[in-house]
Amino acid sequence: MSNSILEMRSITKTFPGVVALDKVTLTVERGEIHAICGENGAGKSTLMKVLSGVYPFGSYSGDIVFENNIKKFSNIRDSEAEGIVIIHQELALSPYLSIAENIFLGNEIKTFGLIDWNKTNQEAAKLMARVGLEENPVTAIKDIGVGKQQLVEIAKALSKKVKLLILDEPTAALNDEDSAHLLDLLRHLKGQGITSIIISHKLNEIEAIADTTTIIRDGHAIESLHMKKDSVSQERIIKGMVGREMENRYPARHPEIGEEILRVENWNAYHPIDRNRIVVDDISMNVRRGEIVGLAGIMGAGRTEFARSLFGHSYGTNISGKVFKSGKEIKVKTISEAIDNGLAYATEDRKRYGLNLIEDIKRNISLASLKSFVSMGLVNNNEEFKKASEYRDSMNIKAPSVLSITGQLSGGNQQKVVLSKWINVNPDVLILDEPTRGIDVGAKYEIYLIIQRLAAEGKGIIVISSELPELLGICDRIYAIAEGRITGEVERKDATPELLMKYMTMEKGRS
Amino acid sequence: MLFFAATTPNAASITPTNFSNLVVQNGYILVLAIGMVMVIIAGHIDLSVGSVAAFIGGVAGILTVRPLEQDGWEWLPALPWWAGIIGAILIGAIVGVWQGFWVAYVGIPAFIVTLAGMLLFRGMALLTLQNSNIGPFPDEFRAIGNGFLDKEKTFNTLVGFPIDYNLTALVVTVLGVVALWVAVLRQRSGKIKYGQIVEPRTWFYIKNVILSAMVLYVGFQLSQANGIPITLIVLAVLILGYTVVMNRTPFGRYIYAIGGNLHAAVLSGINVRKVNFWLFVNMGALAALSGVLIAARMNSAVPKAGDGFELDAISSVFIGGAAVQGGVGTVTGSMIGGLIQGVLANGMNLNSVGIDIQMTIKGLVLLLAVAFDVWSKRRK
Repeated sequence: MSNSILEMRSITKTFPGVVALDKVTLTVERGEIHAICGENGAGKSTLMKVLSGVYPFGSYSGDIVFENNIKKFSNIRDSEAEGIVIIHQELALSPYLSIAENIFLGNEIKTFGLIDWNKTNQEAAKLMARVGLEENPVTAIKDIGVGKQQLVEIAKALSKKVKLLILDEPTAALNDEDSAHLLDLLRHLKGQGITSIIISHKLNEIEAIADTTTIIRDGHAIESLHMKKDSVSQERIIKGMVGREMENRYPARHPEIGEEILRVENWNAYHPIDRNRIVVDDISMNVRRGEIVGLAGIMGAGRTEFARSLFGHSYGTNISGKVFKSGKEIKVKTISEAIDNGLAYATEDRKRYGLNLIEDIKRNISLASLKSFVSMGLVNNNEEFKKASEYRDSMNIKAPSVLSITGQLSGGNQQKVVLSKWINVNPDVLILDEPTRGIDVGAKYEIYLIIQRLAAEGKGIIVISSELPELLGICDRIYAIAEGRITGEVERKDATPELLMKYMTMEKGRS
Repeated sequence: MLFFAATTPNAASITPTNFSNLVVQNGYILVLAIGMVMVIIAGHIDLSVGSVAAFIGGVAGILTVRPLEQDGWEWLPALPWWAGIIGAILIGAIVGVWQGFWVAYVGIPAFIVTLAGMLLFRGMALLTLQNSNIGPFPDEFRAIGNGFLDKEKTFNTLVGFPIDYNLTALVVTVLGVVALWVAVLRQRSGKIKYGQIVEPRTWFYIKNVILSAMVLYVGFQLSQANGIPITLIVLAVLILGYTVVMNRTPFGRYIYAIGGNLHAAVLSGINVRKVNFWLFVNMGALAALSGVLIAARMNSAVPKAGDGFELDAISSVFIGGAAVQGGVGTVTGSMIGGLIQGVLANGMNLNSVGIDIQMTIKGLVLLLAVAFDVWSKRRK
């Protein structure tokens, strides 16, 4: 009989066109803290969703063995009943309910069918004491900070008699003090026999807390490292995360770089709700004609926030800083101002922010540049059709006609529609946020070619990506961003994944 | 329609007079439905239009009719009928400015703003009318709701045409059909020139021949009654105009874009606030026109006018295929939705069905029509 609490054996999970997990095997010992590392999109979250029953039994192949029995979870309730609780990065708390109500949500303490509030609050107080949360149980969730909310989630997990606690990026939104407290709590819970799986990008945290680290890359479990026994360093983990060969997945690049087209100086932006939290911290950067500039950073580092605050102040509050286009200062206070000044921003989340999914290709492509199709107050539908058809051909959008509804296209084709839309406003600087997220390898190559073509036309391109190989494969210069600041700038010839990863995981107050 | 044709006593539902009634009795709902479908496509709702119509009816009364005795408006001379109508529509637009301001610039959900407006403008209607009625209206004013194009058949006598048929109605109908053919043929040839796929030639001709036949039939029926109702002319102009607005102008496109994906619309540089604001101004003006039609038809401005019309307009829009989430809907669809309701009510009235059963059936029709829509979409 093994001492492992969990064994995931040869888990394979496919989505249409993508193998997200390929025969992943994961063994978690009882009572340990097990870290899972990997780049964005490597398959960590998918693996945890398989484990917790979000992807039900039958939608994957392989076995989940928990406490020496094969489990077939068909939803989250099943896995929670066994004591497996997952805490997601976006907390699942109801902001207007009290701490106690949230802890027992869906699991209320009742006598004769009615909620026993005294007992609820009393039990909540006990659980809160266990996680070191000093608040009144009747306080509303919205009135406590993110760090304390995280503790409420853990208290909630404890109320469910948790045996295996899974935390997805638990410290991503926390400050140093709250992070330290959380890590202490995990150690403390370990002492009480609770096993934890922690998904994190913060390597120093992993180094400090994990007993074992499993590295996942491209849907494969690459290796499991025993932190103490093998005395694993951060560099060792980075090597495992990025160490793949660069195949011919990127078109050859022969840049012709011209004069500077965009310069941003001392750009700051604060969180739109938590107005004291700085999200973009004094960023200065530039792009030249024909140049492809990368912004590297882990999720939540402030890349998207920077891009969106730059693009017509569409994110953040209290934004300050200067923007120069070809040496002349420009205003970008509204999105139409930004577009008029030659900026374009293609979003990372095309379904939510990029496309009108119930509308056809033609109308999506023309939306941002509709005025150019207007004569005498009326949109020329035929010209619009012609233009959209040209994009369908030049961008190789696979659809029977430009009258096809965008919601029915594949991810790669949707992305091409988004790109067409922004190319048609004829921008000088094009910001592409995760341009290849969730699309298959072949379509990625096509997108890279389009990006190169745009650069060759003399536009300045900024590419935001979580995939380091992608940035290394297509960019001429890369800025690394961590916690809202630029922590490094690397020329193409000097760039290595290890160096960038070092900059990307650099935290404030350290270097 | 056929059902009622078969069941009503003496086939009353397909008499020429009834065709004409169908239009004038539903005209004010259809006008409301035009504005409402735009509001709903953008993802909002307007619950106040019935009250606004009543309020504007009162305003039109004060403007065009000798004002009430000792009501504080003695200083205001009665305006000519056309100035009264323009004034009433302008004040309706100002009502829209008020509501649009709260929805677009303050960010209060339209449901709340117009729920408040529903009470507010009903109150304003009572205030302006001092809880009494104003009437009768000048003949020209009444004609908008009750009149007909060349009812006296002067054109017939002029050219010596048989007096049984209203010649003006026939001519206008034929001109309408000619215009229809010119429009559809031009659109088709334009598409072909740009290499777009068009519907098969036979289907194109069958479709438009049927459509023309329907128009001719209605025109023929109307010519046997009093001629073409003025309300129908007003409606036709509005339907045509707003169809163009919704399909061919940036404003219309932005409405669909906002309803389809608000975030994407914002990030595409659309001034969403401005579009929302003008949507409500437009709705206010159309509600005012509807109020004018009601007052003209009843020949009296009544504080209780338009009670519940907002719900009829909203039903028309949803029966006409609009989506509650926004982004989907057409002006013509809403007109068909409104007419389906109108035909139902009209047919049931002629069959002497009580109001109790009528309401029950109306409710079920709305639910089933939308359920059918949802079901057919899911099957796809």
